[in-house]
Amino acid sequence: MYNYDIVVVGGGPAGLAAAIEARKNGVRNILVVERDRELGGILNQCIHNGFGLHIFKEELTGPEYAERFIDEFHRLEIEYKLDTMVLNITEDKTMKLVSSEYGLMHVKAKAIILAMGCRERTRGAINIPGTRPAGIFSAGTAQRFVNMEGYMPGKKVVILGSGDIGLIMARTMVWEGAKVSAVVELMPYSGGLTRNIVQCLEDFDIPLLLNHTIINIKGDERLEGVTVAEVDSSKKAIKSTEKFFECDTLLLSVGLIPENELSINAGIELDRKTGGAVVNESMETSVAGIFACGNVLHVHDLVDWVTEESRKTGKSAAKYVYEQPSEGGRTIETIAEEGISYIVPHEIRTKKVEDKIDIYLRVDNIYEDVILLIKTDSKIIKRIKKKHLAPGEMESVSISIEDIISGGAKLTVEIEKGGQ
Amino acid sequence: MRQTITCIACPLGCRVEVEEKSQGEKKYLISGHKCIRGEKYAIEEITNPTRVLTYTVKIRNANLSRLPIKTDGVIAKGLLFSCIEEIDKIELQAPIRIGDVIIENVLNTGVDIVASRSMNAIKI
Ligand SMILES: Cc1cc2nc3c(=O)[nH]c(=O)nc-3n(C[C@H](O)[C@H](O)[C@H](O)COP(=O)(O)OP(=O)(O)OC[C@H]3O[C@@H](n4cnc5c(N)ncnc54)[C@H](O)[C@@H]3O)c2cc1C
Ligand code: SF4
Repeated sequence: MYNYDIVVVGGGPAGLAAAIEARKNGVRNILVVERDRELGGILNQCIHNGFGLHIFKEELTGPEYAERFIDEFHRLEIEYKLDTMVLNITEDKTMKLVSSEYGLMHVKAKAIILAMGCRERTRGAINIPGTRPAGIFSAGTAQRFVNMEGYMPGKKVVILGSGDIGLIMARTMVWEGAKVSAVVELMPYSGGLTRNIVQCLEDFDIPLLLNHTIINIKGDERLEGVTVAEVDSSKKAIKSTEKFFECDTLLLSVGLIPENELSINAGIELDRKTGGAVVNESMETSVAGIFACGNVLHVHDLVDWVTEESRKTGKSAAKYVYEQPSEGGRTIETIAEEGISYIVPHEIRTKKVEDKIDIYLRVDNIYEDVILLIKTDSKIIKRIKKKHLAPGEMESVSISIEDIISGGAKLTVEIEKGGQ
Repeated sequence: MRQTITCIACPLGCRVEVEEKSQGEKKYLISGHKCIRGEKYAIEEITNPTRVLTYTVKIRNANLSRLPIKTDGVIAKGLLFSCIEEIDKIELQAPIRIGDVIIENVLNTGVDIVASRSMNAIKI
């Protein structure tokens, strides 16, 4: 049995930032476990730019952003194991690891930071009827093939889902010489950034079919095409609008799910809405001493927020390792009301917050010219004017602890419509 | 001539209408933008649209077979595909350091193509 103060599961941007921050807060005995052959996580395949505007005030590509953290991580001489996977975690924080080099290992940690990221929803999860030929990939898998392994999935492409990964892949496929016939989106709006709609679709005249879905897949061995139809307000396909698109490749970009099998086995309580753990202000889960950050906690669209959240997590884990348990004070619950789909963290212990706390949230629809209303019980503590809110863009709100302490047992966030 | 440009300077994504005028003090008649940045962006997008290219180049002697690269600044949108053709002609050998210049002054744009990550050589 090996003993560590902190074990971090996952060496993506979340795991790296958490480990670095824990080290800077004095923890010496840290291990980062990564199942891939290198550190950096999903950023290694996100070769486009747009990362880091918030943290570094400049626009970096995914690999550049990752390398800055990897360099700092190595400078701090933090121990790590590659090609090593965490198989199991128990509530008393013993872990089972397996690696090609060392075989099976048992590790005991004082604190664990979960930073496993997320995985993509697959076709099975959304059930499109039709055959199951070759040529259907998740967009992220295709991204890895093209950008890292130099393998081209196909020549004639249709993409389902218009989140940023789908949009970016449309442009990547065009630059790599393929034809992209359409991006199909079930919702009446795209989940991606305007910049990506312009620079990844409009630049190449790729049609974005909103309120559309794929209703059939055709092909025996290899994909031959897909049938696309418009949907009505109840999301049912309208028969008369069916149209066949010839293609040899279908990329699915239909959402991400936090990768939480390990958390479930450890008995950690999950939030049905985020798919991630229920956490308090310190990013600590329902199991004391097990923390979570990054995409395994809730899906982030901007890696900058991942870094910020993970630094906080690394610091909290360091405190957990070194400080005597202290009284948390009152526990305030955060509650998503009208128009808000979720809030992280779920609980705030008043004595554990220094001066202010940042909460992260997502809205459930597109809103223009509205007010974000933050209340404790019925008292309003913040009114924030918002010109534009969209489910694809996470919002962060900073709240002073004074305001929270002076209020009741609940902190609610809601959207006030038609407000000025 | 009339053109519609989607402004990308903020998430609102205004549809900005630009009409080119043959005479008068102002060359363009602009509408649909909610702020001044939209006007500036739309005129730039019509007169001289530019983009950053992020792409990959073949690499040998490394664990991966593609190295990510980028233009170290913006280039004219119309040059993107010619630029890709130039990059496709190249094959690199690991090791490569982040920021290494892969093509200097690509297509006489004054912009370099640089490596956007480091890649070690495979240890034998
Ligand atoms: C396909 C895709 C494209 C994306 N594109 C963008 C983008 O363009 N811009 C942007 O800002 N964000 C993008 N994101 C979001 C992006 O995931 C986050 O910004 C950021 O990478 C999340 O960091 P993370 O460390 O939480 O997760 P990840 O980067 O996914 O890292 C998690 C790491 O944990 C490892 N791991 C998982 N389970 C185990 C285990 N049991 N044992 C050991 N190791 C394990 C994984 O191998 C991985 O390296 C994208 C996400 C995906 C899935
Ligand atoms: S015109 Fe102004 S408000 Fe409209 S998208 Fe551009 S920057 Fe945003």
